[in-house]
Amino acid sequence: MSEETRRAVEVATPFDPRTAILAPGHTYASITDKISALVLTRRTPRGWFLGFTIAFLLLGLLLFTAAYLLATGVGIWGVTVPVGWGFDIINFVWWIGIGHAGTLISAILLLLRQPWRTSINRFAEAMTLFAVACAGLYPLLHMGRPWLFYWLLPYPNTMGVWPQPRSPLVWDVFAITTYATVSFLFWFMGLIPDLATLRDRARRRFWRLLYGFLAMGWRGSALHWHRYETAYWLLAGLATPLVVSVHTVVSFDFAISILPGWHATIFPPYFVAGAIYSGFAMVMTLAIPLRKFYELEDFITLKHLDNMAKIMLATGLIVGYGYMMEAFMAWYSGNPYERFMIVNRMRGPYAPIYWALLVCNVGVVQALWSSRVRKNVKALFAIALVVNVGMWLERFVIVVTSLHRDFLPSAWGMYYPTVFDWTMFLGTIGLFLTLMFLFIRLLPVISIFEMRALVPEVAEASRPVSS
Amino acid sequence: MTERRELYGLLAEFHAPEAVLEAARRARAAGYRRMDAYTPFPVEGLAEALGFHRTRLPLIVLLGGLFGGALGYALLYYAEVVDYPLIVGGKPFHSWPAFIPIVFETTIFFAALSAVLGMLALNGLPMPYHPVFHVPRFALASRDRFFLLIEARDPKFDPEATRRFLEELGADGVWEVEP
Repeated sequence: MSEETRRAVEVATPFDPRTAILAPGHTYASITDKISALVLTRRTPRGWFLGFTIAFLLLGLLLFTAAYLLATGVGIWGVTVPVGWGFDIINFVWWIGIGHAGTLISAILLLLRQPWRTSINRFAEAMTLFAVACAGLYPLLHMGRPWLFYWLLPYPNTMGVWPQPRSPLVWDVFAITTYATVSFLFWFMGLIPDLATLRDRARRRFWRLLYGFLAMGWRGSALHWHRYETAYWLLAGLATPLVVSVHTVVSFDFAISILPGWHATIFPPYFVAGAIYSGFAMVMTLAIPLRKFYELEDFITLKHLDNMAKIMLATGLIVGYGYMMEAFMAWYSGNPYERFMIVNRMRGPYAPIYWALLVCNVGVVQALWSSRVRKNVKALFAIALVVNVGMWLERFVIVVTSLHRDFLPSAWGMYYPTVFDWTMFLGTIGLFLTLMFLFIRLLPVISIFEMRALVPEVAEASRPVSS
Repeated sequence: MTERRELYGLLAEFHAPEAVLEAARRARAAGYRRMDAYTPFPVEGLAEALGFHRTRLPLIVLLGGLFGGALGYALLYYAEVVDYPLIVGGKPFHSWPAFIPIVFETTIFFAALSAVLGMLALNGLPMPYHPVFHVPRFALASRDRFFLLIEARDPKFDPEATRRFLEELGADGVWEVEP
């Protein structure tokens, strides 16, 4: 299609939320005012207080569980020989995986020049940060003596010992620390110009000072923007291999071991795809209520949901391929233990969970082939929730089925989560939601300056042919 | 001379990115050098129009990454080969393939840190005080207005002539910036 026909077509069709990434008619001023008003002038909706209260109560559950855990020990959880990795590792991997979509949206889609990332990258990055915070809690609390966590870090000490870098668990320490730091830098750097916007808009002195302090004197100088953009692109280039490495290292926690079901070369790509899959499901879970309750349909259009659904479908298919290859390699290897592992998954005591995960992750997501489903917000929300659950079940199956029946039948056992496993899990959801609610209330959920930069593009696309 | 000390510069207001870009080009062509422009979002080519061509930031990030990688490797080598040699799984002390993940992560860590801190340092941020904030209209630089500043220390600066020059560029308003 030539440039002229493309324009003619776009003029002929008025704003269509299914194809446009920003509703036309928006100006620099209207975008600035609308997004900053969410933080500065709009009355906090009653739903926010309700949601925050629930989240905060769940956070209280986390604090209670953590306090009891520190006082008593990890024995309050269901982990015991032979299953030494229970909910803590399942939830650790689940949360870390969720975080990956944020980095993918902010870094990889930036490098691929996908302008639709603009209205979702900010809260996806916040989601990453909060998900990593939840994930990080699990290994820390699983240590038994979390107050000695600094033993994980290499520092000269009077004990004369060093961490052991031939173990993937030590790689994890570096991967997660780096990931948390870089995610924070990316998020905060993106916020600086918007904090300056809030500083210039805020009416009360306290908020002006606070946002002004955080904006560090940003004034939008052309020379500053030049270096800022350079830094942003470089950071995206650095975060892209980083995000792949993080879930690769997480998968090494399993793949470097010699347990049937874990010792597989497909683990790194399959874990990374699964991470992006669950992450996009979570972005969708957050974006759909957000755009509805804060009336952001102009900015987060059906086109965004459609694109995210497509990415979910693609990564879901990769994950499905991973499940298939796990079963195929178990059979093809001819190794009796590998074969037993997969038969035990399919027909053993945890079989219902295995089949439920296949239904959630491979079955339900096929509905996204239909463009009608991809344009149905309620259906998308339901599918995203199902995928969130499915990816959690996947980690349960991977962690528990390989551990509970290993090479010697006399060493077999069962794993049952206790009530404290559940309160801890609900508690981290509470932590995540509490941070998310505070973020929505205090900081712009959509990158204002990047949205402003979209205005000329949108105006260009809808200009009449004659001009 | 006294007149100059009272003035930091003149700030011209525009309402479109193309206008400020054109104004910057013409101001530079007219011989002005000590200029800056303020925009609510990055405007392509504006920094170049003001005579700014290269930033050292990529070099800083490269050096940061190399430093991080070298530091990570040196740390592991010292810990595992020199200070605390321990046979694990029959692997050599200097088992470099097992060092790769950590060296990779420290490389990214320091490169990313130097990208952000380097950007802030080169930009001179945090900067709690700047004269342009005296102009009330400047609050719109973070909303929908575009500003071009010509500083008083520019050798070609003259309060009257420069003001006239900026008005001829099509500025919506020209404001005096007190130091």
